[in-house]
Amino acid sequence: MNYQSWLRRLTPLNRRKVLKHSMAAGGVLAAGTLSAVGASKETLAVSTWTPDPTFYPSPRSAMKAPAETLAYVARINPNGNGQSDAICVVDVDPASTAYGTVIGELELTYPGDELHHFGWNACSSMLCPTAAHPHVQRRYLIVPGLRSSRLYVIDTQPDPTNPKIVKTIEPEEIAAKTGYSKGHTVHCGPDGIYVSALGAPDGGGPGGIFVLDHDTFDVRGRWEVDRGDQYLHYDFWWHLGYDTMITSEWGTPEMVETGIQPELLLGAQYGHRLHFWDLRRRRHTQTVDLGKENQIVLELRPAHDPSKTYGFVNTVVSLNDLSAGIFLWYRDNGSWAARKVIQIPAEPAAEEDLPPALKPFKAVPPLVTDIELSVDDRFLYVSCWGTGELKQYDVSDPFNPKETGSVRIGGIVRREGHPAASGPLNGGPQMVEVSRDGKRVYLTNSLYMTWDEQFYPDGINGWLVKLDADPEGGMRFDERFFLDFGDQRPHQVRLQGGDASTDSYCFS
Amino acid sequence: MIELSASWSVISLVALGAFHGLNPAMGWLFAVARGLQERRLRAVLVALGPIALGHALAIGVAAVVVGLLGLVLPASALLLLGGGALLIFAAVKVATRFRHPRWVGMRVGARELVLWSFLMATAHGAGLMIVPVLAQQSDTVATVAASDHAEHLGHAGHAAQADPGGHAGHAERLGEGLVASLAAVGLHTAAMFLVMGMLAVLVYRKVGVDVLRRAWINLDFIWVGALVVAGAVTLGSGFWSIVAG
Repeated sequence: MNYQSWLRRLTPLNRRKVLKHSMAAGGVLAAGTLSAVGASKETLAVSTWTPDPTFYPSPRSAMKAPAETLAYVARINPNGNGQSDAICVVDVDPASTAYGTVIGELELTYPGDELHHFGWNACSSMLCPTAAHPHVQRRYLIVPGLRSSRLYVIDTQPDPTNPKIVKTIEPEEIAAKTGYSKGHTVHCGPDGIYVSALGAPDGGGPGGIFVLDHDTFDVRGRWEVDRGDQYLHYDFWWHLGYDTMITSEWGTPEMVETGIQPELLLGAQYGHRLHFWDLRRRRHTQTVDLGKENQIVLELRPAHDPSKTYGFVNTVVSLNDLSAGIFLWYRDNGSWAARKVIQIPAEPAAEEDLPPALKPFKAVPPLVTDIELSVDDRFLYVSCWGTGELKQYDVSDPFNPKETGSVRIGGIVRREGHPAASGPLNGGPQMVEVSRDGKRVYLTNSLYMTWDEQFYPDGINGWLVKLDADPEGGMRFDERFFLDFGDQRPHQVRLQGGDASTDSYCFS
Repeated sequence: MIELSASWSVISLVALGAFHGLNPAMGWLFAVARGLQERRLRAVLVALGPIALGHALAIGVAAVVVGLLGLVLPASALLLLGGGALLIFAAVKVATRFRHPRWVGMRVGARELVLWSFLMATAHGAGLMIVPVLAQQSDTVATVAASDHAEHLGHAGHAAQADPGGHAGHAERLGEGLVASLAAVGLHTAAMFLVMGMLAVLVYRKVGVDVLRRAWINLDFIWVGALVVAGAVTLGSGFWSIVAG
């Protein structure tokens, strides 16, 4: 009996029965739909009707972003007294009575995390056309502990001054799913949240990148498919318009955790190379050696404009003369090349003014430990943590940077003061963050606890300062902004709504 | 009656095509990005063809499946099946938070662009959304074929129920169904291409991508609404064809 003849045999009464059963089936289907909707609530990301207003398709439009009113600052407790690190909320609205003060703080669950770089769950790359999903919020801070390998997800809503931990990923889970430990830098990518890791759980290498799910923040796994000759790792970022990932080299956990090791340094064992990868296929494509005398290759600042193919990276110390270098990487005849475009010399100093590690050299190395490129790719900021100087260069012509500004604060020998806090100040310009419009620059002064002790053995008193940058070049301290952290150490600064090192763009 | 439903399916196909063409995530935005990257309009235009082709393939898969099922299933069953599939797909979209393939990579050749567009359209259920129209159309074709067939058989003096003509009837229906399906896919894709192309050029030349910040409403919500409506209507007409028998 076929279906049609079966249908024809149905009496009107039977037809009603069929209809009733069909309706019941429909009800079950609807219930299934609703329960599926209910189940989806477990994910943390919330869908919105319009794109998050802090997402910008291009760097050009991001430059027009309104000024930030809040900053999130990692605060490290160096005292080993059981008190945790914290994420501090700093009021950066000049019109506010609380301007330049901490107006909220979240102490983390466990002591000893040593917070370093952290980032947002979502940013302008959500607008990238290949897998666009911009109807989410820039809302969660993804916060790795460099010492503990733990990772916190912190919700900055509904009250941005009162952030809350909503998820904690323990080191064991990260180790099991990725083979990595010592999470460091976070970037929101077009297809997931990328986190760099210094090495393997046993303290060796290789270091690399793992990926978190955009919605659930679950650990998805190791990023690399083929790592070629890459072993050491530190920072990463990309040229989205060219499907290219770039990674830099510092050292494995055991090479860095107890402090800088002179025998490794003098043996040129720390990182001195750049790695280029096919972002899409997750494969290593090229290694560029910056010269083994250029030790410790750190922060990668690719041009924000996705149609450009260059970027800047700092090398901390040269074995030749203790100078620091800024290298430019660029496209050259179908492959990547790099050349030193800035060299910052060491400053001579009296032996008695120097910490034990530096006495034999009778000089202070500049120790360039962080750099930042403004969103319009015009100004490069260079932190000289050793000599206590922040330099500003016009890099409109990336091959020929021109110094356009310099301020002094702290420093191993100089201990320079601030308009609002007479010296001596210790620590030096380290983490540097630039607002999206390029008009404000934020600086903190601690590097990494064990390294802090070697270069500033009398301890570091933490501070956060702000500078005003002239759109045509030059900068000066904001005399109203000197935030004293006492014996606590501020590190990464993240500006509400994004800053010059949080967002990447797919439109030129 | 047949003419009316035929013109309705034309309108539906064109409207759905325009709707798919509007969605930035399914094509025009990628074309604009390529134009901006290469700084020329030509790059925008060159990207449109492969994107439309990928979309047509995604719709084509749905058309072939509906066409084949239409051979073995009566229209009412096809409608019930299509409606159920649409509702289940809508539920899955919501449950998985509108996930789509995690495609990384801005530098793709024409062939990869076709693949990308096919994946995106399929993941969004673009083909599925056309199923009601296709099912209705298959019903119409079947009815026309059946009445022709019956007439033919009647002249030959056989009972309409007689089997011998069955195989020839299938082949006939397959042929007509194929033509109708191809026409449907072509019509839909043409509408999609037109809307996508106009938007891409307009945004690239005049408006600028900043418009995304204000105008890009969450089509996922509307999209799932469209899937549910399409599913409900299809299921409803399936039930109706049983009840009205």
